[in-house]
Amino acid sequence: MSSRVEILNDGGFRSDGRKQYELRDITIDLSQQGTADGSAIITHGLTQVMVTVFGPREAKMRSQTLHDRAVLNVEMSVAPFSTGERRKRSRADRRILELSAAIESTFEPVVQTSLYPRSQIDIYIHVLQQDGGLLQACINATTLALITAGVPLLDFVCAVSGGVHSTEPLLDLTTLEENDLPNLTVAVMPRTRKVTLVTMETRLHVERFRDIFELACEAGQTIHKEMKRAVKDRTVALVGAMDAGAKHPSGDPDRDLTMEDR
Amino acid sequence: MPRPPSPSIPEKEFVYGALKQSLRLDGRAMLEMRTPTLTFGPELGWVECSLGKTRVLAQIDGKMVKPPPERPLEGMITIHSELSSMASNEYELGRPSDQEVTITRMLDKVLRRSDAVDKESLCVLAGQRVWHIRLTIHVLSDSGNMLDCACLAGIVALKHFRRPEVEVVGDEITIHHPSERAPMPLSMHHTPYCFTFAFFPDPSTPPLLDPSHLEETLSAGLLSVALNAQRELCVVQKAGGVPLAPEDVLRIMDVAVQKAKELDKIVESALQDDWAGRNVEVR
Repeated sequence: MSSRVEILNDGGFRSDGRKQYELRDITIDLSQQGTADGSAIITHGLTQVMVTVFGPREAKMRSQTLHDRAVLNVEMSVAPFSTGERRKRSRADRRILELSAAIESTFEPVVQTSLYPRSQIDIYIHVLQQDGGLLQACINATTLALITAGVPLLDFVCAVSGGVHSTEPLLDLTTLEENDLPNLTVAVMPRTRKVTLVTMETRLHVERFRDIFELACEAGQTIHKEMKRAVKDRTVALVGAMDAGAKHPSGDPDRDLTMEDR
Repeated sequence: MPRPPSPSIPEKEFVYGALKQSLRLDGRAMLEMRTPTLTFGPELGWVECSLGKTRVLAQIDGKMVKPPPERPLEGMITIHSELSSMASNEYELGRPSDQEVTITRMLDKVLRRSDAVDKESLCVLAGQRVWHIRLTIHVLSDSGNMLDCACLAGIVALKHFRRPEVEVVGDEITIHHPSERAPMPLSMHHTPYCFTFAFFPDPSTPPLLDPSHLEETLSAGLLSVALNAQRELCVVQKAGGVPLAPEDVLRIMDVAVQKAKELDKIVESALQDDWAGRNVEVR
């Protein structure tokens, strides 16, 4: 692990000025994208991912449908300009196929597919910018896009990446850190605190894994707060817009918004 | 394209019911692996590994090539995996299925990207000549947990393989035939083993290790862990499936640590036995 850049300096700061457990800025844009039923753009620092959801709708291929539940179809495309080195990846790239298969099976038990038999939900993921934490951004954006599409979910799925620098755990890695450190991505369901996805590809001692894994589960809760706030803000804006159009505003506009807090 | 036949409803209910009482159809305990059988072929680096009726053949050959300009000091390792329709009628030629993609990617991560083989030691002459190690994995028959079997076959083959001794004088490279000088083993950093655990939709069913084909089909999620006997995790892969409590994940890691130590012993003794019975002639 030779690195020209100091990952964590003596003052406890990382190369981009963050502390060890600090996450990057998250911005969430839930505005409408074309004719999609739901869409979301999420930015984790310099990583940006756009997801559009179509459906539940009739499947293009009849033979692919299931009689008792909806089928999720995840397609991922990585923009050639998303990385520093411009490079076109084909849709059949194994890494991309693996990522989209991972996302598909992450959401299969979370989406209440049994409510829509014989239909299909299409999830199109576009990676616009990459700077580490690609899978994390894809999962978070997919959750938000499914929510804006009104697809019933059992819970949010919040993902976060983490790494270990010698013995110090770090959260939310950039590409620079990802290349140098053993790293993992964890996706949690904040309400039940259960883990739906764990991936790690580099060598790491079991004890270190335990630290960073527990920390990442905690960090998922923080991401959840951000995501929930974005969803609430959007709903408030929508209800406000409906009220403005109605002739007789019906009482307290916040009445329908009382989501239980957790 | 016909769908693979799914287990019938009574079969499904029976298996779920039995597993709930921690009973498996083949009589194993929940966290018991089928004992792997390793058969070595006449050549070095030819290993057939079987876990029950799952059989995988791994074969290695090495040749000298010119290294790519961006990595002049490293040898190359490539993994070819073949899931032919011979293994099971669920595979067919054409576009790779999801399972095939997962298996190839996992093999790549476990055997190549975990730095099991020291690539720099495969360099013969910087920028000119390096060893190119080709690992071919053929799945002969699939009755569940093909991934663990393929990883085991691959790693044992890498340990079993010996490359010819090479001598460099100035710019001249001499490759000595195995009959002249004893061939060299590859230098390995560590030996990762892969373990797959299956989870079931009912949360009261405990997780099980090394699922058979039926258990794999009925499971609601798989977790694969690759680690070495030194308690270092190399790959953890749980892509979706039934959600688990964080403690459960950590408990599984502890189980895997135990199993890796046991498996390491089996592999080492099998390799030693084979080496003892092998007569490498050196004049």
